[in-house]
Amino acid sequence: MLFYVLGLPFLFALLILIIPNKSKRIIIPISGFLSLGHFILTLILYLKYDITGANFQFVINKSWISPGINFHIGVDGVSLLLILLTAFLFPISFFASVKSITKREKGFAFFMFLLEGGVIGVFVSLNVLLFYLFWEIMLIPMYFIIGVWGSKNRIYASFKFVLYTMVGSLLMLIAIIFYFKATGGTSFELTDWLAKGPLSNPAQKWLFLAFALAFMIKVPVFPFHTWLPDAHTEAPTAGSVILAGVLLKMGVYGFIRFGIPLFPDAFMKYRESLIILSVIGVIYGGMMALIQKDIKRLVAYSSVSHMGMIMLGLLALNIEGFKGSVYQMLNHGLSTGALFLLVGIIYERTHTRQISDYGGVAKLMPVYSAVFMLIMFSSAGLPGLNGFIGEFLILWGTFEANKLIAVFAATGIIIGAAYLLWLYRRVFNGPVKEGLKEKVFDLNIREILYIVPIIILVIWMGVYPSTFTKMIKIPHSIQKHLIIKGGVEK
Amino acid sequence: MIWVLIFPLLSSFLLVVFGKYLSKKIVSFTAPLSILISFIISLFYFSRASEGIIYKIYNWISVGNLKIDIALKWDPLSSVMVLMVTGVSFLIHVYATGYMHEDKSFSRFFAYMNLFTFFMLVLVLSSSIIMMFVGWEGVGLCSYLLIGFWFEKESASKAGMKAFIVNRIGDLGFLIGIFWILYTVKSADFDLINAAAVSGKIPVAIASLIGILLFIGATGKSAQIPLYVWLPDAMEGPTPVSALIHAATMVTAGVYMIVRLNGLFSVAHFASTVVAVVGVFTAFYAATIAITQNDIKKVLAYSTISQIGYMIFAAGIGAYSAAIFHLITHAFFKALLFLGAGSVIHAMGGIQDMRKMGNLRKYMPVTFYTFLIAGLAISGIPGFAGFFSKDEILASSYFSGHKILWSIGVLTALLTAFYIFRLIFMTFYGKERMDEETKHHLHESPKSMTIPLIILAFFAAIGGYVSLPKFISEHSIWEEYLHKIIYVKSELHFIHSIELNLTLLSSALAFLGVLIAWYLYVKKPNLPIIISNKIPFIYKLLLNKYYVDEIYEFVFVNPFVFGSEGIYEWFDKPVIDGTVNGSGKTTLFLGKLLSKLQTGQIRDYIYSILFGVALLLTLLLMGV
Repeated sequence: MLFYVLGLPFLFALLILIIPNKSKRIIIPISGFLSLGHFILTLILYLKYDITGANFQFVINKSWISPGINFHIGVDGVSLLLILLTAFLFPISFFASVKSITKREKGFAFFMFLLEGGVIGVFVSLNVLLFYLFWEIMLIPMYFIIGVWGSKNRIYASFKFVLYTMVGSLLMLIAIIFYFKATGGTSFELTDWLAKGPLSNPAQKWLFLAFALAFMIKVPVFPFHTWLPDAHTEAPTAGSVILAGVLLKMGVYGFIRFGIPLFPDAFMKYRESLIILSVIGVIYGGMMALIQKDIKRLVAYSSVSHMGMIMLGLLALNIEGFKGSVYQMLNHGLSTGALFLLVGIIYERTHTRQISDYGGVAKLMPVYSAVFMLIMFSSAGLPGLNGFIGEFLILWGTFEANKLIAVFAATGIIIGAAYLLWLYRRVFNGPVKEGLKEKVFDLNIREILYIVPIIILVIWMGVYPSTFTKMIKIPHSIQKHLIIKGGVEK
Repeated sequence: MIWVLIFPLLSSFLLVVFGKYLSKKIVSFTAPLSILISFIISLFYFSRASEGIIYKIYNWISVGNLKIDIALKWDPLSSVMVLMVTGVSFLIHVYATGYMHEDKSFSRFFAYMNLFTFFMLVLVLSSSIIMMFVGWEGVGLCSYLLIGFWFEKESASKAGMKAFIVNRIGDLGFLIGIFWILYTVKSADFDLINAAAVSGKIPVAIASLIGILLFIGATGKSAQIPLYVWLPDAMEGPTPVSALIHAATMVTAGVYMIVRLNGLFSVAHFASTVVAVVGVFTAFYAATIAITQNDIKKVLAYSTISQIGYMIFAAGIGAYSAAIFHLITHAFFKALLFLGAGSVIHAMGGIQDMRKMGNLRKYMPVTFYTFLIAGLAISGIPGFAGFFSKDEILASSYFSGHKILWSIGVLTALLTAFYIFRLIFMTFYGKERMDEETKHHLHESPKSMTIPLIILAFFAAIGGYVSLPKFISEHSIWEEYLHKIIYVKSELHFIHSIELNLTLLSSALAFLGVLIAWYLYVKKPNLPIIISNKIPFIYKLLLNKYYVDEIYEFVFVNPFVFGSEGIYEWFDKPVIDGTVNGSGKTTLFLGKLLSKLQTGQIRDYIYSILFGVALLLTLLLMGV
């Protein structure tokens, strides 16, 4: 079943290609329904997942290129949740693109499916080489999505995105090959590598740094973040949603699945530096968001802040921090994804992203404004909505690990409220800006339909988080090496 | 029991979703009704609450060792609060059906008001500090929404934003306080926190640290120094909002929180001292500003800050039941003051400047008399509600040995009587200073507005008799009802003869305050201007609220915003991104440089081969 969840997007990508060019107007709606079907399949997978069961489930392990390079896939709670998030956001992104993608629809749908397949591949791979393959595959469609369907500066942004990411991942490839040799040159299987135990120093240290760099660029951890505002801002709405919603999580996931288990000693050695960079990211990202003049850029910088928070939860190395971190990945995917959708909706009407071009939108688009406000408060971590649970768990986990860092990180809740509320005030409140009235109209049925599922989840995850938190468990591969400390651990 | 929460929430939800399609008549029936039902339910539980009931709804968060239930705690403290919240909220809802009648966002208003009541009940009924935080932030959200209710007005939306962000600063302290509690007590449950503190399981220093952190949260929500700055601006909201949220209920949450954790605070001596000092100083400070304000709602806003200062002061010196006592009487008379002011503003067609009012008692007698009762109550004129509660606080501070703080409190009582009667005389007495157009429209407010005024006036008049001064009766129904929730019982001994003298003193000061106000604003109305001209510096300082807003802007807000801007322009773009782009460009440059080697000319290649061979030979010959 997991095979179909992974394979279907690739199949869809091919399927799209055979649709005749004459009917290109229906390509994106069709893709939306196809990916909706894929999401339902993923839901079934989720329902079949046994929380009390084995570490990895739905495992497929077939010999593939050569012994040691197996087609080995499987999911645990963490990766399953991330796959769910991915499969959830893709149909929404398609439906959001119906009006905004008006050229080369076929290519767009093709690359989107390729991207979805690549992302899911990253989350299911249990063979290091297979993981690397998917990690690189998804760069190509993203490059085209930004470069072809993006806005004015798209070429610069797409190049920057690909080259920056590539630098990191090439080092990772070298590290993978080196690791392969160091373990006897027989296998790329993650389980084999883990079974052999961590490498000795200094090899462990250097290989960790290579892996960590790739992941840090992807997250992005300060100061590796500058590709993100450009890529997010220039990408089309669907691209921004997927980029923020899913792609960034691959970096954190990389630490969870590979970075920490394979290099435990090196990780511990650099953990403090990573914590400091992350907490800088929380505050710095927020400060940069505060003064942006472009709405999309503002949301992009807020991602830097949120991702710093997510890294902190992981780095706390306790159960609360870990669960909070994974939970916050889902939250960030929903809230920031939704923010990009909402920015896209109003951009389609006005063709401007400058905050100063707006004012009084709440009067013109009451439903849109109400939705925006809800998502804004979800992003700002208001109790009762999803963001609070994640932030609370992360900050509490961090507090157990290091009180001072937690205090610094918690200032993020003030800055977060400041940049979001200030944005809201300038765009939605005040007198109606001239010339706006003729252009904007409130949400239509299509837009409401794809936003409502997000709203339901935002409230559900805030009121009844157990549905999801019980899925999240610290993988044995991490637990084995590290003492999970924490003030209230019995 | 859960129904007490469900009705306001349900009503709010329905109004949000279907509000557009409902007529004003239906809205003005269902919205207050949902609160009335909650009120009836809370009446029902009031009599059974003395033992304390915990009603678990469900397990909210269960991660690691963190287990947080959504559970309601119904004990004497919370049941008194619930009764007040639902009761006052109901009256204000009824009032608002009249006050907001002409507003085009009628249903949106009541959706927010219902939601507010829901979150306020969550706050009050919570059994753990984390669930309280949910209510705490929830009421903050509603406050934000309602302050900025007329969002097209720049000043209103700005005030809403300011309120939320300033409160978030307090919340940071609150949150860290919660973490310290979780860290030391390993539970967020109020009973366990208090029990752990009283039994000495929390080290005293940590208890004080927690106390101060939580109190930072309280200074935000309850508008105390240094985070009070949002409350005066919050007057931008519709007046029923000011009455409900920014006078009677939400702003007292900080007091409630301290009393809820009285076990912890009675151990945390240092924190309690800080609380008391900040409280009484805020009371005095805000009262001095209230003296000079000309906007009727601004006077009441600073008055609220000042009165909450009294409550905080009481909580700080360990007079917990007196703090809650004043909280309740204040809820009645301050809600009444605001609603009366709203009635005045309604009649004046939106004018709030008292310099344009005068002699309104002729036009709106019901508003005048009810307002007068509230004024007498807040001034501490014997017999009215505020007299009993304020005197209990002052007497407690005197007998617990806080003589300096007590004297500040007494002085504030004088100021209070003065500024509130200044307001009354400027508004309801003297010359009619409004223009003809306004005068023509002056009218008494409709029944939906005056009946709540009358009911509140009734309570503002008699609400104090539940707890009489000790020299009259040692037996207080109020203290006995709250007795169970106080962890460390006060052993203060009130010496009757001294207490009587204290009461006589504060009563005399109250009368003096009224008298001065009468002399300055009725007898010699030109005198205030002469005085303010004589001491222009002090007058300007007070009129401009000690320039605190400007100072905050200059010291905190601007450096942060401009600092961020500077970092973006001078660091993020040129340095961090510059390095990235720079390394790209360097690669490109090096590539171009290297490509020069590949000229495609055989001759060049032969030269370089020859050069290489020559170099190698030389090196070999030199024996390297």
